Amino acid sequence: MNQYRSPAEDLAGFRNRIIVAVLFVFLCLGLLGARFYLLQVARHDYFHARAEGNRIAVLPVVPQRGVIYDRNGRLLARNYSAFTLEINPSRVRDPERTIDDLAAIVTIEDRDRKRFRRLLKESKYFESVPVRTHLSDEEVARIVARSYRLPGVEVRARLFRDYPMGPSAAHVIGYIGRINERDLARIEERGESANYRGSDYIGKSGLELSYETELHGTTGVEQVEINAGGRAVRLLSSIPAQSGSDLELTLDIELQQAAEAALGGRRGAVVAIEPASGGILALASTPSFDPNLFVDGISVADWRALSDSPDHPMLNRAIYSAYPPGSTYKPFMALAGLESGKRTLDQRFSNQGVFSYAGLRFPDRKSNCQHNVDLHRSLVHSCNTYYYQLAVDLGIEAIAGFMRPFGFGSRTGVDIPGEASGVLPSPDWKRARFSRREQQQWYGGETVSVGIGQGYNAYTPLQLANALAAMLNGGAVFRPHVVRHVVDTTHGTRRVIEPHPVSYLPLREQHVMAVRNAMVDVARIGTAARVFADAPYHVGGKTGTAQVFSLRGQKYEEGKVSERLRDHSWFIGFAPADDPKIAIAVLVENGGFGSQSAAPVARVVMDRYLLGKPVESEAGEIDEDLAAELEQ
Amino acid sequence: MNEWRIHPLGVLRALLRPIDPWLLLILVALLGYSWVLMMSASPERVATQRVHFAVALLAMWAVALVPPKRLLAGAVPLYLAGVVLLVGVLVFGESSKGAQRWLSLGFARIQPSELMKIALPLMLAWYFQQREGMLQAADFIVAGILLAIPLGLIVVQPDLGTSLLVAAAGAYVLFFAGLSWKLIVPVALVSIAGMAAIVGFGDILCESGFDWHVLREYQKQRVCTLLDPTQDPLGKGFHIIQSTIAIGSGGLFGKGWMAGTQTHLAFIPERHTDFIFSVLAEEFGMVGAMVLLAAYALLLLRGFMIAARAPTLGSRLLAGAVTMIIFTYAFVNMGMVSGILPVVGVPLPFLSYGGTALVTLCIGIGMLMSIERSRQAAKE
Repeated sequence: MNQYRSPAEDLAGFRNRIIVAVLFVFLCLGLLGARFYLLQVARHDYFHARAEGNRIAVLPVVPQRGVIYDRNGRLLARNYSAFTLEINPSRVRDPERTIDDLAAIVTIEDRDRKRFRRLLKESKYFESVPVRTHLSDEEVARIVARSYRLPGVEVRARLFRDYPMGPSAAHVIGYIGRINERDLARIEERGESANYRGSDYIGKSGLELSYETELHGTTGVEQVEINAGGRAVRLLSSIPAQSGSDLELTLDIELQQAAEAALGGRRGAVVAIEPASGGILALASTPSFDPNLFVDGISVADWRALSDSPDHPMLNRAIYSAYPPGSTYKPFMALAGLESGKRTLDQRFSNQGVFSYAGLRFPDRKSNCQHNVDLHRSLVHSCNTYYYQLAVDLGIEAIAGFMRPFGFGSRTGVDIPGEASGVLPSPDWKRARFSRREQQQWYGGETVSVGIGQGYNAYTPLQLANALAAMLNGGAVFRPHVVRHVVDTTHGTRRVIEPHPVSYLPLREQHVMAVRNAMVDVARIGTAARVFADAPYHVGGKTGTAQVFSLRGQKYEEGKVSERLRDHSWFIGFAPADDPKIAIAVLVENGGFGSQSAAPVARVVMDRYLLGKPVESEAGEIDEDLAAELEQ
Repeated sequence: MNEWRIHPLGVLRALLRPIDPWLLLILVALLGYSWVLMMSASPERVATQRVHFAVALLAMWAVALVPPKRLLAGAVPLYLAGVVLLVGVLVFGESSKGAQRWLSLGFARIQPSELMKIALPLMLAWYFQQREGMLQAADFIVAGILLAIPLGLIVVQPDLGTSLLVAAAGAYVLFFAGLSWKLIVPVALVSIAGMAAIVGFGDILCESGFDWHVLREYQKQRVCTLLDPTQDPLGKGFHIIQSTIAIGSGGLFGKGWMAGTQTHLAFIPERHTDFIFSVLAEEFGMVGAMVLLAAYALLLLRGFMIAARAPTLGSRLLAGAVTMIIFTYAFVNMGMVSGILPVVGVPLPFLSYGGTALVTLCIGIGMLMSIERSRQAAKE
């Protein structure tokens, strides 16, 4: 550095520095200009797309789920809207702490936290997860007032599902629940992922499951402009959602409640079918459960109570429990005898006290079954020996061949999921069923017990009711169904479910009438006479008893056998006798003789259906309680 | 006796004489631009900003009326007051956002570091003015100490952004005073090497457990965010990502005034202050950005011209430093907003909302005017 420079030298040096500064400044400004060019011209398309992506969100508009009515228009499943408190996990750093903060404002129980954690694990996309449902107006106000301090916390009005009948017909209606990973996989398989964007619930059982597609509806789309806070500020375009279709059932909820009440606290099932249409009038299974518990995720305690109960309330006994039909099989066996020509109406058998087969003795000591037993008498008094002989004369193949078209041993195709197929015994079935050679062999003695509805026979109450209806129809087999109409509320169209028989059996009318007449006498003077003695209409029926436990060489004495090992009580029947409007099958587990437990239940249901007699039932009171609760 | 009569027009002329028409024209153009942008970015602040404009222009005019010699004479008390206040901040200061920057005087809160942005270059210019014609290497050491004292006080607050700007303001004076290239070049090389290291090894350096020692955690965050804004798209990186989207989506001609979606849907943070340039670039496009760059270029050229022609060493240094300070503010702000510099809280000169920075800058413009007036006066 020069010392003692002249002012002129100083000035020259300074001006050089100024030139350097100007160059530096223009270099930097040029750098900025280049950066702007890169962003605004070269990569403009990219940033334009980013800005649009920022700005526009495509939001699903969840359709309103279809409601379910019974045949008289009474609501069985409906929607209502309520406020929920939700947390959007993608916008909250620590959800647990946010819940702690919220707990200071509204009540949040341990149960709510547990459910939140579970739902958080199951939640899909970046959806908000509910912490509390059914907020009161005051709670909503308290949260909204503090919302600025609670980012990621939302109060939303959501539609909820409600089953006003509570446990009544719960097995039929089923329930919905939050979509879980398994449901998601199924939705994807069906290629419906787009339609379920934004849906939280899906049918899990019953009609809610089998008619999921119809009930769900079509999801709409809204294009909205959103701000940085993620809030929609302007609607750009929208395709409205189409509500799901309503279901109109053939089921009569009052009849259903009558059936449930008649079963009382016992384990059992009632299936009532309108023979002319195959429509199910009542399909009861007791004990039942409250489907409302499931809608928002059932609590562990409630679930344990249901799943640990020895009575298995979740089980739909009407379509899943298959038991030997006992003597209720005899009308079908009799028809098989007539149709095959192995029996005629006037054929009589005497000395029927014991039936011997291959050295085995099958006794029937009932006095009415000893002498002059024709087909009519064999049904009225339920004579076993007549059917032992008939089974042997027909042979197992012929029996199976005759029974199969009635739907025995195969799923009826009812529109409720979870049906069991039961067992129609035959040599083929046995070969397929067992693996050991000696078990695969069909023994002649087995045919004998099949003839009276015991042995390997196992049918569901629905199969029996539907087979009875087919016989009453003279051979027209319907696929039984609970839904009568699917009502598309958007287009105002109604789709009728199964109005036509799926097959016709070539039965001769005189054979059918002979069996029907014998069944009428069962209710008039036979095994069920006492139950129907004062009925102001004519009834046809047949009692049955299914052995739960075979007592080798001992006489079955009801009082001495523990309750769970008692025989199951069956009854099938129809009324009015000359023009059946209702065909019914009743099962009471461990109910003993058919006339003892099952037939009285059928009587109550028939009274209710044919006479409209109001039934004093607990179910009615429960219903009112629920209604009162909902009002609050 | 006519000369003794005070002519009203003559008084006005005398009062307006120091106003440099070029600087005023460009300044008014920039303030007009600010007004237009503010109406879009934050209409509720337009009225207040108008008051700021008036105060700043008055301050500029007042300073322009003071001759450079008197300005430089004020350097020592101003500088000393600044240092005392900075010490006061350390002892009595109020904390906000993890840093002690404010000092409460009872009636108002002041930020002494803001004062230093002017006091320091003024002080250094005064010092060199005293040594005009006999500059020695030792003078630069003295100047370096004068620079280091307030700088150190600001660094410990800690306020990295302001200390860098204050350091730059002082360094510009040293540079124009003729600091040896032998000193400038190594420092520049070390800085460039440091930046290259950060960019090159950013992944390792930005790991959460890695302590940088030199910088505080929030400063490290700013640098790391710049290196990879996507790391933290909802936090610190959000600002940079959204402002680059705003600028890029503006395109050549922009989306139109009041039609910037990024601006109006609140994607741009602090859109009326530090990020007002994103609003400009989104709504007026590259054309609008170039107009702004041109306005700044003209302003800076006028500043350099005044510096180059200034009659005394002190006024020369002051003019050069003031011009470079304006440039630094503009460059750092636009560089930050467009994603080539870390997020530092620097307003865009004359455009951002806020009174303090605007008044400070306009005092600088006033100094330029005063220096230009002194040259013309010397010629007359």
